[in-house]
Amino acid sequence: MKKEILKLRDFKVYFPVKAGVFNRTVGHVMAVDGVDLDIYRGEVLGLAGESGCGKTTLGKAILRLVEPTNGKVTYVSKENDETELTSLEKKDMDPFRKKLQIVFQDPHSSLNPSFTIFGSLQDPLKKFGVNSKEERRKIIGDLLEAVNMRREYMDRYPHEFSGGQRQRIGIVRALCLDPELIVCDEAVSALDVSIQAQVLQLLMQLKKDNNLTYLFITHDLSVTEYLCDRIAVMYLGRIVELCDSEDLYKNTLHPYSEALISAIPVADLDKKTKRIVLEGDVPSPVNPPKGCPFHPRCPKAKDICKTEVPTLKKYSTNGNEHYASCHLIDLPEISK
Amino acid sequence: MTDKNNIALSVKNLKTFFYTNNRCNKAVNGVSFDVEKGKTLCIVGESGCGKSVTAATIMQLLPTLSRIEEGEIIFRKDDKTVNIEKLEKNGKEMRNIRGSDIAMIFQDPMTALNPVYTVGFQISENLKYHTSLNRKEIREKSISLLNDMGIPLPEKRVDEYPHSYSGGMRQRAMIAMAMACNPKILIADEPTTALDVTIQAQIFELMEKLKEENDTAIILITHDMGVVAELADNVAVMYMGNIVEAGTADDVLRRPTHPYTKALLESVPVLGRGKNQDINPIKGSTPDPYNRPIGCQFAPRCNWQTESCDVMPEIIQINKTHEIRCHKYEQFFEKYNEKRDS
Repeated sequence: MKKEILKLRDFKVYFPVKAGVFNRTVGHVMAVDGVDLDIYRGEVLGLAGESGCGKTTLGKAILRLVEPTNGKVTYVSKENDETELTSLEKKDMDPFRKKLQIVFQDPHSSLNPSFTIFGSLQDPLKKFGVNSKEERRKIIGDLLEAVNMRREYMDRYPHEFSGGQRQRIGIVRALCLDPELIVCDEAVSALDVSIQAQVLQLLMQLKKDNNLTYLFITHDLSVTEYLCDRIAVMYLGRIVELCDSEDLYKNTLHPYSEALISAIPVADLDKKTKRIVLEGDVPSPVNPPKGCPFHPRCPKAKDICKTEVPTLKKYSTNGNEHYASCHLIDLPEISK
Repeated sequence: MTDKNNIALSVKNLKTFFYTNNRCNKAVNGVSFDVEKGKTLCIVGESGCGKSVTAATIMQLLPTLSRIEEGEIIFRKDDKTVNIEKLEKNGKEMRNIRGSDIAMIFQDPMTALNPVYTVGFQISENLKYHTSLNRKEIREKSISLLNDMGIPLPEKRVDEYPHSYSGGMRQRAMIAMAMACNPKILIADEPTTALDVTIQAQIFELMEKLKEENDTAIILITHDMGVVAELADNVAVMYMGNIVEAGTADDVLRRPTHPYTKALLESVPVLGRGKNQDINPIKGSTPDPYNRPIGCQFAPRCNWQTESCDVMPEIIQINKTHEIRCHKYEQFFEKYNEKRDS
């Protein structure tokens, strides 16, 4: 039986847009606009979408690195105790910070250049009661070895490392408090292809060894297919399709996912498919189109799409749950 | 078979070295290739392998601390041939070629456009120096170029500044700039790396169209094997300043023979192959350019390394189109022959 670790309900993150002499709020960037999502213990959930669709904001807001505007995040512990994270005071978040960690996108800017690796990584350990220095050095040293780096590296400075090594240090930082969920925010996007594969394999190995759950945020759908159990596709702050990773490729339901998949260049001459070229750019999240947010670019759009906002409905493909929000799906809806 | 008359640009044994802090970085160390009219040559490699320096060398846009050490860049214009490496960097002849006969699309559309001039001004600069059009005609041409690139309301957009363009539109404006004088050769240095896949698809569609309509030769620099499979006619794989394998797209992607090419293809997940596909990362990382391996540059990361790899392998011609720099190629290539025979 699948058990949840995090439950998101009607999750919204808006950023105010200010203008004019009095710096009045004239509108909102609806970065995340009503997301309902369950993350199950032990799974890898991929979060895919184009830049500006709100995937990074969602990842950060779950950890309250960005304050959500509306909605609930509920953490379910191993013993099935539920805690609502969004209603906690900042300082009451601390015990949960330990369980929810993040690996940042850019390995070049996420490490402080004036601290050694040990200096950067020891802070969280200090905060959570590992008081002897020897013990802190031992924990960090062991983890560095777990990510195939040498123990001595902890006394070096970030500039001495290559991009792939820095990303591994970022992973060590996330791991050192023995977390349950790690948000990987484009963890491999800044790396060269040969290094990317090394880090991907490392992440999978660590997941096995430590019983981790990943929320894997990326724009690269070929990586998600390889890594993830389930994939959520986001467009303009909303989830448009959520299903098993295999079903997303074999039984695509939403026209946006279809276009996204067809646009990815595949390194295989036998698999050349006709790409569906979407017109125009992603609309502004300040002023999203009425009706279905995708309709101005959708090749299949009908009249209903211009007026009514589709909701995320449950379908079944291949015997698996498959959620999609589109008016034009023929399959029978399964009631919850 | 490559026809001599069809070759737009040929590069022979090109070496570009950088001199910094009394050290020498052999960024491009003996590169040779030909680009045919109406064909796309893809140069693939990881960051730091010298692919962008190769492009900058052809355009003579190298920084002051570097120079062309050896080799030839022969540009064939109609019946004449021009040796680009012999031209003065900012001399009249080079300036005549740059932008009109050979144009370049830069990697990052966010920084390659000048924020204090309108997009229209930046496109028309090219036309002003290379054509004899008058002001009104230049403006009309700029608008029609933007229109060809699929930018909505070009009459209005031409007077806007780059900050009001989105990433994809800026890259299209860059392409409009590059295509302004109908160049014979278009060099695109990672034109879509900073863009989303849906916008990337739009740009590719555009480049294919240009190639077909104007018979332009395209040199496309990329690190993505997927892009190669989509667009390339010919492929050159670079590693640490050398081309290690070159051939038609069919040669290189279906019968990769150099261990590096094989490893590169095996290290990326391919869409549609599911969760059970094998991914084999290349061990180690690219060597320090100041502290290179003595022989074959890939030897320390290669699974088939032997003693013979301490000597730099020569280019070996496997067949008419396919060439490779590896001592051990035979054992890989025979496998393909066996497969085909059986």
